[in-house]
Amino acid sequence: MRAVISYIGRNRSLLVGTVLLLALAAFVFVGALLVDTENARPLSVPILRPPSWDYPFGTDKTGRDLFAVMVVGTPLTLRIGFIAGFLGVGFATILAFTAAFYRGMTDTIIRSIADIGLTVPSLLVLILIAVSIRGSLTVNQMALIVASLAWLNPTRTIRSQVLTLRERGYVELAAMSGMRGPEIIFCELMPNLLPYIGATLVSSVSSAILASIGLEVLGLGPMEAPTLGMTLYWVNFYAAMINGWWWWWIPPIVIIVVVFLGLFFVTVGLDEIANPRLRRSA
Amino acid sequence: MSGAVLEVTDLCVSYAHPLGLVRAVDGVSFRLAPGERFGLAGESGCGKSTMALAILRMIRPPGRIDGGSVRLDGVELSSLSREAMRQLRLAGIALVPQGSMNSLNPVMRIGRQIEDALANHGVALPRKALNARIADLLSTVGLRGEVAAMYPHELSGGMKQRACIAIAICLSPRVIIADEPTSALDVVVQRQVMETLARVQRDLGAAVILVGHDMGLMAQFVDRLGIMYAGRLVEVAPVGTMVTAPRHPYTRALISSLPSLDRKGELQGIPGLAPLLRDLPPGCAFHPRCPLAAERCRREAPALRTAGEAAVVACHFAETAP
Amino acid sequence: MQAVYVLKRFGVFLLIVWLAATLNFFLPKLSGQDPVRAKLLAEAAMGGNVQLGLEEMVKEYDTRFGLDKPLIVQYGNYLWDISHFDFNYSISNYPRTVRELIGEAIPWTICLLATTTLLSFAIGTFLGALLAWPGAPAWMRYLMPPLWALHAIPFFLFGLILVYIFAFRLQILPMFGGYTPGAIEAFTWDYISDILVHSILPALSIILVSVGGWALAMRGMMVTTMGEDYVVFAEAKGLRPGTVFMRYCLRNAILPQVTALVLALGQILSGAVLVEVIFGFPGIGALLFHAIQENDHFLIQGIVFTVIAALGLGTFLLDVAYPLLDPRISYRRR
Repeated sequence: MRAVISYIGRNRSLLVGTVLLLALAAFVFVGALLVDTENARPLSVPILRPPSWDYPFGTDKTGRDLFAVMVVGTPLTLRIGFIAGFLGVGFATILAFTAAFYRGMTDTIIRSIADIGLTVPSLLVLILIAVSIRGSLTVNQMALIVASLAWLNPTRTIRSQVLTLRERGYVELAAMSGMRGPEIIFCELMPNLLPYIGATLVSSVSSAILASIGLEVLGLGPMEAPTLGMTLYWVNFYAAMINGWWWWWIPPIVIIVVVFLGLFFVTVGLDEIANPRLRRSA
Repeated sequence: MSGAVLEVTDLCVSYAHPLGLVRAVDGVSFRLAPGERFGLAGESGCGKSTMALAILRMIRPPGRIDGGSVRLDGVELSSLSREAMRQLRLAGIALVPQGSMNSLNPVMRIGRQIEDALANHGVALPRKALNARIADLLSTVGLRGEVAAMYPHELSGGMKQRACIAIAICLSPRVIIADEPTSALDVVVQRQVMETLARVQRDLGAAVILVGHDMGLMAQFVDRLGIMYAGRLVEVAPVGTMVTAPRHPYTRALISSLPSLDRKGELQGIPGLAPLLRDLPPGCAFHPRCPLAAERCRREAPALRTAGEAAVVACHFAETAP
Repeated sequence: MQAVYVLKRFGVFLLIVWLAATLNFFLPKLSGQDPVRAKLLAEAAMGGNVQLGLEEMVKEYDTRFGLDKPLIVQYGNYLWDISHFDFNYSISNYPRTVRELIGEAIPWTICLLATTTLLSFAIGTFLGALLAWPGAPAWMRYLMPPLWALHAIPFFLFGLILVYIFAFRLQILPMFGGYTPGAIEAFTWDYISDILVHSILPALSIILVSVGGWALAMRGMMVTTMGEDYVVFAEAKGLRPGTVFMRYCLRNAILPQVTALVLALGQILSGAVLVEVIFGFPGIGALLFHAIQENDHFLIQGIVFTVIAALGLGTFLLDVAYPLLDPRISYRRR
């Protein structure tokens, strides 16, 4: 454990990222203790109050306590990202390993699908899907929609990593000493790939959050949920910026920036672990 | 002995590694006569390639040249300005690089790569004369004129290596440093490349330093051979003497490890591993693996001493050994 | 042999187009909603009075829009229409056609995207290359962290921040729109400069965020390239540092960058759509937003299809042009 902490200390990006995310987590936990989360619903509190002792982030036009909204909404947004990201990378890993290991036609098919899927701008397809499913979306449904396309990029990157590793000596050695396919995959390839998959995972979560926020800002998200993206949607809808209700749009933007920066730095930090050449010399 | 075209004296190169200082080249000295063929042999990681780069003053951080001098025709290279040194590269000392795999720019045609070498050294010729000169160079190394319009990936390994030789000789240098020019080539092509190198060198009257680890190749090509171990020169002798009567225990082990067509027997290796350059043993670097090692070897690093005619050895037991 | 390569790529392009069209057709059907009916009902509800003859009206529209025929026939008709660029009428802006609306919006988006992408790629790549070069001035190192951090956040978020600072607070740049309302459309300098001024903030939000990404990537590529054997040899050849930088390092490092550009087009577009929404820039993005609000299925479908097809075309063209950059990728199949 101490070794892990000391390493994080040396890996500056990982440190910054982890600190940011931990700060966010602290905000959510402490906040949940301090405020009544029911006030994140509309018509709970007086409208359009600027920040005060009672309402640290003020209130919005529909009568939500914005502090509560942030405390409730942040984990919701993150949840979408995590579900979609994990599902996406999970599926991608299976596909990538299958493609890279069995080669031939399987590989070609999987690779082509992933490549074609990538030339298409995913947000647009997501819009199409979301519009078609119209009707109130729940947060989990959002996550599934985003997940449906989240596996494309990771499949590609993980596959190329596996292919690179596959050519390395120790895999051949394992094959020669009688290990079978799945065994090789789990015992030899996986451990070396874990940092890389970790970095891909975090990056995938980040993209998923971006996609979900994008959909929400366009008005295609779960309307009742106080997620960060939906908050921005309402900000746009009620023209909060022009009306000078600065307390409404600053917190979500700040939190979103912190989320993305945090995830970004963690990704870079994990990349450094995965690719030792990038490591700084002490 | 003046008249040496290249004089390396006490050259020291080190790299700063987080785990310790790596002494890649530790006080190496030798002389090169004009037109001479000198071989620099040793195991991988003994500092030979670093030597080559150091002579060309191309050592970059975290490496640095700690001391020593390199003189070309009497001119001290460390006293030259950056621009002057740049001009000297290729025109005075040329490198034939190792790894014909990747030494040529993949997105430039061969002809252009020769051309920019010429152009960057102030050779300004009209288009026709330039093309003629390039074609001429290519034919000198045994390549057809069409090669000039080709890209490196369209050439075979041997052809690429010869193209590198063509580039190296285009300005008629005084010294050619060939850094493992035949690695990754099959024996037939190896011979072709070495023949090309030999011919070209003779015609130019240039001196050659052949860096490598293939003793058989060395024996057939060089006049004098220097053996490097752990960043130091341990023996220098005319090649004939070295092969028949090696004096340093390491050299002896190397020679006897070469399989021979005449005798049949077990393959002889050298026990142990070459030391890490950042963790050299005290005294003589070879003593942990040396059959003759004694207490003195642990304390005192031997200096290069004359042993016989035109040979120098760094061993405490050079004279006494049979 | 060139033909085979080009044909293959073209085939991929057609495949993408077909996929987009099919997705476009079937996905909305999944929800079981009849877009026309839904729209009409919504209108009726807002009108407040019960519409007698609503069923007849719906039937009329169904026939007009072809929604009463069997699925396969609809699909066939759809594909036929698409290939003629007939995307039907816009439900929300009837009687204008989707094609008309898209036609108006596309030039804006293309201009915005083309300029910003090219600019950020060029600036970012060159910046990244310079940052990797040991001879670069020291102060440049301080540019890296902010650029880095900046590129992690989405375009439109940065757009929001910029709008607040420059349009709202400082009031030196317009808040949104492509041009001042009521401006006369003509090729006069006034009109053009008006457009340009309105484009500054949207363009900046894309450029400033993207530059960091390109710079970072290019710097990484340059570092890798500078360690290559051929760069060592280039130096050993006594080439001038400038020549080594441009012709040996940059020229090689830029190849993966271009590939990355081709792959990133989709993402850049998605981000640009959101930027347009935030700024009310009259391009495809804003149009899409309206379409979503109005539940105008035909318009949405038309836009999504057009964008995917355009991207496919762009990718195809770039794919075909790539061998010009990298002689190792020959047209011949290996």
